[in-house]
Amino acid sequence: MVTAKASVDVRSGAARFQASTATRDPPWTKVAILAISLGFFALFLLMPLIAVFVEAFRRGWALYVAALVEPDALSAIRLTLTIAAIAVPLNLVFGVAAAWAITKFDFRGKQLLISLIDLPFSVSPVISGLVFVLVFGAQGWLGPWLAEHGIKIIFAVPGIVLATVFVTFPFVARELIPLMQAQGRDEEEAALVLGATGWQMFRKITLPNIKWALLYGVILCNARAMGEFGAVSVVSGHIRGQTNTMPLHVEILYNEYQFAAAFAVASLLALLALVTLILKAYVEWRSAANSRQGEAP
Amino acid sequence: MAKVRAHRVLPGFGLSLGYTLAYLSLIVLIPLAAVFIRSTELSFDSFWEIASARIGDLPLPERTDGRRNFWEIVTSPAVMASYRLSFGASLLAGAINMVFGFLLAWSLVRYSFPGKRIVDAMVDLPFALPTAVAGIALTALYAENGWLGQYLEPLGIKVAFTPLGVLVALVFIGLPFVVRTVQPVLEDLDTELEEAAASLGAGRWQTMWRVVLPTLIPALLTGFALAFARAVGEYGSVIFIAGNIPLVSEIAPLIIITKLEQYDYAGATAVAVVMLVVSFLVLLVINGLQSWSDRRSAKGV
Repeated sequence: MVTAKASVDVRSGAARFQASTATRDPPWTKVAILAISLGFFALFLLMPLIAVFVEAFRRGWALYVAALVEPDALSAIRLTLTIAAIAVPLNLVFGVAAAWAITKFDFRGKQLLISLIDLPFSVSPVISGLVFVLVFGAQGWLGPWLAEHGIKIIFAVPGIVLATVFVTFPFVARELIPLMQAQGRDEEEAALVLGATGWQMFRKITLPNIKWALLYGVILCNARAMGEFGAVSVVSGHIRGQTNTMPLHVEILYNEYQFAAAFAVASLLALLALVTLILKAYVEWRSAANSRQGEAP
Repeated sequence: MAKVRAHRVLPGFGLSLGYTLAYLSLIVLIPLAAVFIRSTELSFDSFWEIASARIGDLPLPERTDGRRNFWEIVTSPAVMASYRLSFGASLLAGAINMVFGFLLAWSLVRYSFPGKRIVDAMVDLPFALPTAVAGIALTALYAENGWLGQYLEPLGIKVAFTPLGVLVALVFIGLPFVVRTVQPVLEDLDTELEEAAASLGAGRWQTMWRVVLPTLIPALLTGFALAFARAVGEYGSVIFIAGNIPLVSEIAPLIIITKLEQYDYAGATAVAVVMLVVSFLVLLVINGLQSWSDRRSAKGV
């Protein structure tokens, strides 16, 4: 009986519900719900995405390319890549360390720690920028000391890195924690008992077990790091060619009514979003395939 | 405690926890504390003003321009209007997303249709698309001469540069929260429940209202709260389409930016503290909802 039910459930998604009259909606209901939900999807998600590309190419290829190879645009692209290259690895290391401490050991206040790690997600991006202005800005706690020593953090690259690290802080950790919690500690403990060193255990047991979730977290972290606008806007100072990231460059062009150029740069970011979604779908598919393989006898 | 320690065979506890706590404090906790500590300076100022006014003949100490009474700042007409807009539009957007997000999740779980996998993957677009890009794209769509705006204009509906535009942007960024919290619960929903209801003579609508929807309530509310929390603080996708008319379409995060641009750090901090407190309260509610939802599904098993 149990195996029979399991074999029914394995049938891909929707078919399971279409098999019985009890869970099947009448045809007209189905059509209505599909029309409303897909119409809503097209209106709110599809159209904005299409609009970015149509607006970007409205004035032709030549202008599109010109908007991207212009020096300010190139330096914005460079800065965005640099920021992501610093922020993502920092949060990757943190995410692994935090997930290791939280899932492999018992200690008091664990739940609080998990909530605190998630905290940046519930803070407005603008406030995420503001906090660093209050610490490092001219009127901030460390402002006078920094000015004395000629160190610039706010309205400079370090401030942008800090704000980006803040807003992307939880991504890797929150992907790893539930997975590692479910996997437990047995495999690592067995490896140690069999004589593996700590590093060997991590590399040969833990890392292969978490690689898809880790990749997933990194992808999301990277997308947000490259696309962050509010927090970066507060700390950047909008100095063209120096502290302008791609999203900020889009804003400047847009406010100067250079719409085609603004959408050209925006289309690169939209492309990044599409690549992110494709990678995400691929990783989900791979990790689902992996766990099915694990369950097979 | 001693017993627990005896079980610690795995290495790296001190290192990983120490690093986690240090990094968390440096990047998140200390900077966030700065906002609250800065605001206590403010309350102290107003306290000082009141106290020194009582003494009467003592002159008020010289204050730098930005420092004013906390309540005076956060209850000024422009700030109050921005809170009303930010919280009101976020509530409304969350409610709209709760309805359409549910329908979309239902379609993705229950029906098969061409392009379903693409739709499923694209639901996360608002998470992946930079907010500034979403902002200018929505503005291009809903501006007077835009793709959609040109058809809405003759009907007397103005979206771009009005509070309605703020709502549209907040619906955009909130949709995945509802879909992604409802979808897994719908997938795990036991078909036997519906079969039992049907065999006991319930119609499809009755089953829907009495059996399916009640089990989804915790997930729906969680999705609503997550969408609301994100919408309240949202900046990038809103400012382009909002038009930012003071007292009409100016959101609270923009007030913070404006005050910062005028070097009014104290004012920005005061507005930020109110928003942070609200965000933390919403976070508490979300945690409560999630544990309710977990308990429910645990009972179901």
